[in-house]
Amino acid sequence: MIKPRPVYLNLAQIRLPLPGFVSILHRISGAALFIVGIPLALYALQESLASPDAFAKLAAICSHPLARLVLFGLAWAYLHHFCAGIRFLLLDLDLGGELKQARQSSIIVLVVSLALTLMVGARLW
Amino acid sequence: MVRRAIVGAHYGWMDFLAQRITAVVMAVYTLLVLAIALYRGGIDYAVWQALFTYTAFRIATLLFALALLWHAWIGMRDIWMDYVKPTAVRLMLEVVTVLALVGYVGWVLLILWARAA
Repeated sequence: MIKPRPVYLNLAQIRLPLPGFVSILHRISGAALFIVGIPLALYALQESLASPDAFAKLAAICSHPLARLVLFGLAWAYLHHFCAGIRFLLLDLDLGGELKQARQSSIIVLVVSLALTLMVGARLW
Repeated sequence: MVRRAIVGAHYGWMDFLAQRITAVVMAVYTLLVLAIALYRGGIDYAVWQALFTYTAFRIATLLFALALLWHAWIGMRDIWMDYVKPTAVRLMLEVVTVLALVGYVGWVLLILWARAA
């Protein structure tokens, strides 16, 4: 027998806990890397190896303000996905599964990936 | 005779494991490239070009690309499964994802062995 139960899945009103926040950002960054990151990375790899001229031209394109913004965003996506991924691997090894550690490691992931992104940004500008 | 449905036993376990192993492969490659860049004090065309003359580095790059193909497939399929409910639309998105990823690997092969040779 199926009991009627209240279902409350209003995404706009659910307040995500910190680990959930890291998790959804992991998903969003992964999707961004697939949709935008991979084709751009392949184009960049192709041009960077084609000739010294193509390499220089690519570097010039990358220094365009709009390109810098895209690179900055992609750097964050890669770094967040990287850091959060390591956290998930550790969780799979049964490390940091307690609520307190899980919250702490979530903060560490957010802070470290943002700090590394800012370092990339400092090189970009 | 066992009739397997599209979702059979152990598919999830295989994907779970593949997602993690491919992640480790890509993380190691990332750190390798980063270490090279730091060791050489940045990457200009000469360093970059020389790096790709090594077959070992090309193979490592190919392994990264294959790991990424597999990893991105599992991740994107999970996203389509979670958010796209109409079967026809989801199947179409999954097919597009597979075609894109396999095409990308073809592109990598072309860059690594046909163009930069």
